[in-house]
Amino acid sequence: MENGFPSTRNDSFPAGLRVLVVDDDPTWLKILEKMLKKCSYEVTTCGLARDALNLLRERKDGYDIVISDVNMPDMDGFKLLEHVGLEMDLPVIMMSVDGETSRVMKGVQHGACDYLLKPIRMKELRNIWQHVFRKKIHEIRDIEGHESFEGIQISRNGSDLSDDGHMFCGEDMTSIKKRKDFDNKYDEKDLGDHSSSKKHRVVWSVDLHQKFVKAVNQIGFDKVGPKKILDLMNVPWLTRENVASHLQKYRLYLSRLQKESDLKASFGGIKHPDMHLKDPAGSFGLQSSINTNQNDVANEHMPDTKKTLNADNPDPQETSSHMSFDHSFATLGSEVNYEAFDCHIWNEAPKIELKREHKPLLQLEDGFSQLPPCAPEHHVKTDKLHPVPSVTSGLSLTARDGNRVSHVSPKKCAIESFPIQSKGHMVVNHQSYEPVSTAISSMKPQGFNLSCLTDFDYCQRNLKASDSTLAPFNETACLLQGDFHNKYFGLPNIEFTDCNDPSFIAEIPVHWYDTLTSDYECPLDPTEYSIFDQGLFIA
Amino acid sequence: MDKNHLQRQLEMKRSLLDQGYLDEQFIQLEELEDGDNPNFVEETVTTFYANSARLLQNIEQALGSRPIDFTALDNCMHQFKSSSTSIGATRVKKECTLFMEYCEAANAEGCIRTFRQVKQEHASLKTKLENYFKLARQGGTSAGGHAGRS
Repeated sequence: MENGFPSTRNDSFPAGLRVLVVDDDPTWLKILEKMLKKCSYEVTTCGLARDALNLLRERKDGYDIVISDVNMPDMDGFKLLEHVGLEMDLPVIMMSVDGETSRVMKGVQHGACDYLLKPIRMKELRNIWQHVFRKKIHEIRDIEGHESFEGIQISRNGSDLSDDGHMFCGEDMTSIKKRKDFDNKYDEKDLGDHSSSKKHRVVWSVDLHQKFVKAVNQIGFDKVGPKKILDLMNVPWLTRENVASHLQKYRLYLSRLQKESDLKASFGGIKHPDMHLKDPAGSFGLQSSINTNQNDVANEHMPDTKKTLNADNPDPQETSSHMSFDHSFATLGSEVNYEAFDCHIWNEAPKIELKREHKPLLQLEDGFSQLPPCAPEHHVKTDKLHPVPSVTSGLSLTARDGNRVSHVSPKKCAIESFPIQSKGHMVVNHQSYEPVSTAISSMKPQGFNLSCLTDFDYCQRNLKASDSTLAPFNETACLLQGDFHNKYFGLPNIEFTDCNDPSFIAEIPVHWYDTLTSDYECPLDPTEYSIFDQGLFIA
Repeated sequence: MDKNHLQRQLEMKRSLLDQGYLDEQFIQLEELEDGDNPNFVEETVTTFYANSARLLQNIEQALGSRPIDFTALDNCMHQFKSSSTSIGATRVKKECTLFMEYCEAANAEGCIRTFRQVKQEHASLKTKLENYFKLARQGGTSAGGHAGRS
């Protein structure tokens, strides 16, 4: 539930608020459960942090807020706090008998939205719903802030905060902006933890987002935190809050993508319906094959692409290909729904991203004469792809595991999916795979189209090779990706599924093969991959 | 409901509060009692004593090791102290705080001495609460004064 609350709870909010309580002390667990139930909340208790994380991961949208003790034997409460913040983006309240300022500060630094001292009174628990509410509002505002119109559309559609949500209805940009500024200020006062410099909504440009993603990748998704990202980004005027909210959105975006992917069951050429990486069939195959040949080239590109993938701003040069790669593989599992992708991506892409992406796509088309129009080509069916012998061999997709695609391992299907060949599709795919940063990065929706990125990357590469603009290429690639992306990241899966498409294989120019392979080489940075992995799969 | 019993029960509780054995938290627990959990307070106290015995064991072990790891000792006591606050065991909590100060000062003797106090208060409160609940049962009410114990 990204915006608002489930309708069932909307009427009597905050009644029915789903709280997860984590505390190793059985006595406190019992008391807190009773207290929360008295507040008409829906309570789940957990004696171990590990169990709590598992629960949260299993039911991604199953809880609204987490209350956790700081001192737990199996895991430090702050670590749990970070995990929850990163993976689920839920508000977390910390508890402890220790009220030392330093501890409380640590809690806030790690992202706790509140810090309660034991013994806890029931009245303190009664108001925890405000943290959930506040977060929703901020999310909506953030989304709104970035793309404004699209954001509003979405928030309007999704938000149940009709009371406060009036701001989202039928407003033009100006009024929205005004309100945003107002709310922004209001929020600052309200939350009390905003720096005074944060007066204006930050516009996350492509470059900025690229930096963001780069930083996230460098840090490692599982260790990422706004402060760390901010430090790495080295953007003087950016505040921690800016990064924090951006990170939130990014995570939201990723989880949304995953949900979308999960919904798309049909994957074109993929043999396995399983969406997870486990099924290297489509995408992996392609990627690996591509990678095999040119590790070096790919490697160079990879880092870049990776970064961009993570970032909201697709970096044309960057890693988008990496990311998408990773994602594609991961999500592909074996599902590549090209058709779905087409619609999916655009629908899904965070408002801003959509805009960005479109542009490059257009260019691509122009520049890349060979590429068939994306949409039509979009249906790169898997059946068309043929395994490319050279490609398959050494897939080194670095999907998840680490340096080279472990999953992807040269699988036949991988080759098949290698889109190199088909008329233009293949090329596109390849290109998308390649860490052609320019095309892809621009294409990338904020964290959304991972696969798209990959596609773009490839496209970019190819484009480079053919000296064409990336945009059109990327577009094609993205389109090709289709569902795959949708499923996981909203990136086109086309590449993956295409391995089965002989036509893909057939038409790819030789030189592309080379580039492609090289690009593939470095497709997925383990780090990057893990980032997505984390976000989506909660490793 | 035996009025006399109820009266005595209330008096006993008052006494425990006044003497600092229990604090506001205990009252909170009683207020949580309702139809769904008529014996909530007693159940909670039982859970506390079952768990705290284990925590005391941990502290005992940490105190027994040579050399003493004061950080680990502090952590153990932190757990125990946190648990004590759950039922409002004020005196126990005070001794815990003192203990942790000795830990920070790496004063082994102070820790050992204070630990004895902790255990004493812990046991003393247990007896008093047992009497309290017994009285409540006899009076036909729960610890929180609810009638009709289940």
